[in-house]
Amino acid sequence: MSDSPAAPAAFGTAVEIASAVKAGERSALGVLEEHLGRIGAHESSVHAFNAVIEDEARSRAMEIDDAIASGAEVGALAGVPVAIKDNMCTRGVPTTCSSRILDGWKPPYDATVVTRLREAGAIVVGKTNLDEFAMGSSTENSAFGPTHNPWDLTRVPGGSSGGSAAAVAAGFSPISLGSDTGGSIRQPASLCGVVGVKPTYGAVSRYGLIAFGSSLDQIGPFTTDVHDAAVIMDTIGGHDPLDSTSATDGHGSLESVLSDGVDGLRVGLITEMTGGAIDGIAPDVLARVRAAAEALAAAGATVGEVSVPSSVYGLSAYYMVAPAEASSNLARFDGVRYGLRVDGSNTAAMHTATRTEGFGDEVKRRIMLGTYALSAGYRDAYYGSAQKVRTLIIEDFDRAYADFDVLLSPASPTTAFEMGAKTADPLAMYLNDVCTIPSNLSGQPAMSVPFGTGDDGLPIGVQVLAPLMGEPVMFRVAAALEAAQRLEDGESR
Amino acid sequence: MSKLSRDDVAHVARLAMLDLSEAEIDTFTAQLGDVLETADAMAELDLASVEPTHHPLGLVNVVRPDDVRPSLDRDEVLSQAPEAEDGRFRVPPALGEE
Repeated sequence: MSDSPAAPAAFGTAVEIASAVKAGERSALGVLEEHLGRIGAHESSVHAFNAVIEDEARSRAMEIDDAIASGAEVGALAGVPVAIKDNMCTRGVPTTCSSRILDGWKPPYDATVVTRLREAGAIVVGKTNLDEFAMGSSTENSAFGPTHNPWDLTRVPGGSSGGSAAAVAAGFSPISLGSDTGGSIRQPASLCGVVGVKPTYGAVSRYGLIAFGSSLDQIGPFTTDVHDAAVIMDTIGGHDPLDSTSATDGHGSLESVLSDGVDGLRVGLITEMTGGAIDGIAPDVLARVRAAAEALAAAGATVGEVSVPSSVYGLSAYYMVAPAEASSNLARFDGVRYGLRVDGSNTAAMHTATRTEGFGDEVKRRIMLGTYALSAGYRDAYYGSAQKVRTLIIEDFDRAYADFDVLLSPASPTTAFEMGAKTADPLAMYLNDVCTIPSNLSGQPAMSVPFGTGDDGLPIGVQVLAPLMGEPVMFRVAAALEAAQRLEDGESR
Repeated sequence: MSKLSRDDVAHVARLAMLDLSEAEIDTFTAQLGDVLETADAMAELDLASVEPTHHPLGLVNVVRPDDVRPSLDRDEVLSQAPEAEDGRFRVPPALGEE
């Protein structure tokens, strides 16, 4: 793999870049050109982006440099290139959800997260590839072709935010944003060896995120280290009046807790996901999760095991709730207001022709599944039961958090798999999210932290889970894991 | 649960405004059937006395202040539609030949 395009933080972390740009040691334009150079060299083999917006990025970088030269205040992310998953609105820049149905559509507004990153001085370099409408776990369901894992181009980067994860792993940008409905940040983060955070539901505004499962979706960062992730969370998080589900009480600064350590924290290994009732977790992944628990114990935490019995039903409930919400959310794509229209002799025929041609197979499957789960005679058995299972999962987590501050599990059951290996079997693909889905159903935060590699030499992420608005304790644990991994790697940084 | 039939899939596709070929109906019937079988696992649970969760934060009736604020520019929005006329979205006749 020595000739792989993987090079996380090729030109420094976001914190390092912003600090150098603000001090006048590096120019924002220079930093941008370094990253554009890497994109030029390796994007054709990785395909992380649906669009790279070089010209707009260059003018923005020059604005930052001018501001610094004139002594004006610049934000915490001054001059930091960022890649945005292509399901978040960027005004005047095509936003496709990797679907033909949004062909040619340019949003008339920016997502709140994009506005906040720009206000902090970050420079949007492009829009990243995803499974169409964020439905998938491999970024193979894109209308524009798959993204490849930078560590091994024959493997998937995970999904649905595979483009954003690959962009950071390949050093195309030091940070990126993804969205996570059932694991779409954490699983690709694990497979690409980067940090990926699914915040507490409501901690980050969803305004301008094209909706998939509205009670599950959250935006979060991909970064090369925990410090950057904390800074991005501090930048994009907090109440937004434009998102009525945005939480009014947040969790406070994360950057300020990173050095607090884990002494005295109680860490619980989720038994169902570490050799218990949930099958299919690879032995090399389990070994790294156990090594993570040992590392935290060595750092002063107490480690135990805890059962979250209803997590076993997470997948069953998720594949009713998420498709049901998707079938409703995607009803708006009917050839009237955005993008594609395929002509028909009347309005209904036009709607059907547009949707039939515009949506790919996985999106059609989920829409039909959701329509069925909500249809007369089945609603109580399917959607209704799934909503009740959500309650059981929340109750089980609450019981676990009475005895533990954070929980640990794998983020993904395996390392990155071969491209094409699961495309013919949707259910096999869905099983990728078995460890990540429960946190979306409960609304609680969880993140994947790179923690070594598997037997195949590919990255493995450990998932750290915390109670609602428990990001501070989650980040303390993530920082400790990162420190332990660096010791193991013999890094001095 | 009763097994998902081809007719069920064809019916659901019509509700969802999707036109499927006969071959697609076969494929989707098998694939969706597999997922529904997984969902049937929930039937093992006694859920009679469990309250449903609609939303993880339990927010109710969030309203914004009744203040006038700028909205999206109408022309910019309409410029992104497949067809517009006189400041409105234009569609084919609602009634007419199939």
